[in-house]
Amino acid sequence: MTTVSPPAPTGTGSPPGPDPGLRHRLAERGIDRQLLLLVPAIVFIVGLFVYPFLYGLGLSFQPREGGGPFADYERFFTDPYQRDTIWKTLVLAVPAALLNVLASVPIAYRMRGRFRGKRLLTILLVVPITLGTVLTAEGLLNYLGPAGWFNRLLQSAGLVDEPIQLIGNYWGVFFSLVITGFPFAFLLILSYLSGIDPSLERAAATLGARWWDRFRHITLPLLAPGLATTFCLTFVLAFSVFPSAILVGNPAGETRVISIAAYQAAYEQYDYPFASTIAMIMAAVELAVIALVLLWRSRLYKGSTGGKG
Amino acid sequence: MTTFGLARSGPPRRRIVGTPAAWLVWGAVIFFLLNVLGVVGSVVVNSFGTHWFGGWLPDGVTGRWYAEAWQDFGLLELIIVTVEVCAAVVALSLVIGVPAAYVLARRDFPGKKLVYLAFLLPILMPPITYGIPLATVLYKFGFAGNLSGVILANLVPAVPFVILTMTPFIEQIDPAIERAARMCGAGLREVFLRILTPLLIPGILAAGILVLVRTVGMFELTFLTAGPDSQTLIVALFYSMSAAGIRAQQSVDAMAVIYTGMMLVLLVIALRFVNPTQLVARVKEEPE
Repeated sequence: MTTVSPPAPTGTGSPPGPDPGLRHRLAERGIDRQLLLLVPAIVFIVGLFVYPFLYGLGLSFQPREGGGPFADYERFFTDPYQRDTIWKTLVLAVPAALLNVLASVPIAYRMRGRFRGKRLLTILLVVPITLGTVLTAEGLLNYLGPAGWFNRLLQSAGLVDEPIQLIGNYWGVFFSLVITGFPFAFLLILSYLSGIDPSLERAAATLGARWWDRFRHITLPLLAPGLATTFCLTFVLAFSVFPSAILVGNPAGETRVISIAAYQAAYEQYDYPFASTIAMIMAAVELAVIALVLLWRSRLYKGSTGGKG
Repeated sequence: MTTFGLARSGPPRRRIVGTPAAWLVWGAVIFFLLNVLGVVGSVVVNSFGTHWFGGWLPDGVTGRWYAEAWQDFGLLELIIVTVEVCAAVVALSLVIGVPAAYVLARRDFPGKKLVYLAFLLPILMPPITYGIPLATVLYKFGFAGNLSGVILANLVPAVPFVILTMTPFIEQIDPAIERAARMCGAGLREVFLRILTPLLIPGILAAGILVLVRTVGMFELTFLTAGPDSQTLIVALFYSMSAAGIRAQQSVDAMAVIYTGMMLVLLVIALRFVNPTQLVARVKEEPE
């Protein structure tokens, strides 16, 4: 990409370079000086993302305690305490991401038009995203705790006798994932839905399609790629659950997610090769789920949805 | 235009009394928002309360937890660090990201897909997965544990985010404008600085503010790379929360409220420039 040598200024301006033939041929293939604008970003991404990642990958094959390049992987998969973190993470992340995406569809479908207060609603929904997981966890501890407002409300309404245990277990983490993840999924899906040309649906309506037929045969197929993307992004958010799993979950038991395992290996046992191993396994599991979704997506309609500018 | 006013008046208003499905949908949204209000509200109320054991509200109102939080946590220093980190991340990610976004939006070249994938991956991966190897590398070169390490780590998701945010803004600009500038003798640098940058100001503002919001809230990467002097507000908040019992809960909540206030101010500023739904697709509101 950077094979083009900077042309020596010849006095008349930039066009004539030292070797017009080569430059011309390269330019025809789309390589010219403009690509130099890309260089800082590439240097950056290679230096701070690709190289550390490969370094971590290499490190994961050099276990601290010796014993073959795959010893750390073996250690992870033979120890149920470590191995089960994969399952625990997926059990949290997949339902949370699915709920966020599926709940967003009917709500966004109803709200895609213009109505009064839409901007206010969007602003209200962005608030939990900006607050982030740490603050949400702090709020959930107060709000869902045994003496919190939620349990108090349930008790005064006579729905439960004893406060229900909602924090310090699976549900606390699940709620924190919904509170930060749902607005995110909703906003994405709302924008995908708004990007679908409404005249398509109106055309179907003039041909006599009922509400459900219009949704099933017009909107849903056009929305499906957006749904896949939204699911991926929401899943990444949920899969990387870390602070809330520690703060509102039960980090020693049922919400000991894989990121906690990686963190403990790196910062409590200072076993960087093992921590890298866990990070690599985490990346592999996450990318496998995303690849599955994207594979499904690649079979769907890929053209314009008619509404994009 | 005016003769077609009727036909273009947009979708008809929905009736106030809707179908059961409408009530269900609105009910779900209101239930969700009430819970969010409960989550945020209980933090705010607790931070102003004297004692709160049972009962709907605390026994009394006091502001002393804020004074305590301000002194105990060294909040001023934390805020200064947070501002430093965010300013550096925003500036650097824009300088690196905008030119790259321009090339990726406009040009086709061999290996473009690979480059694009490299920029997408940091957004598609949990921060912990690349954060731990990154922190290891940063420690190896002596960057971690201080401000530069935190800034470098936070740049990793910020630059791809700038690129993704800027792409639609760049696609909006008519390439004929650049060609005209070229015809008039402007070089690459001049086209960029005097033609594109002014036209891209809205996009740059949007990308910058979104990166700012994300960096203030970015927990994992800062957590993995920060040393004692380079913690941002959110990391300090996490530490004081996970070390429960050392500090009064209300004091932690007071700090959380300060953080929330900061985020809300940023959000209000952000929403002046960004429509959250327009980030993914250009919303077609008026038929052309």
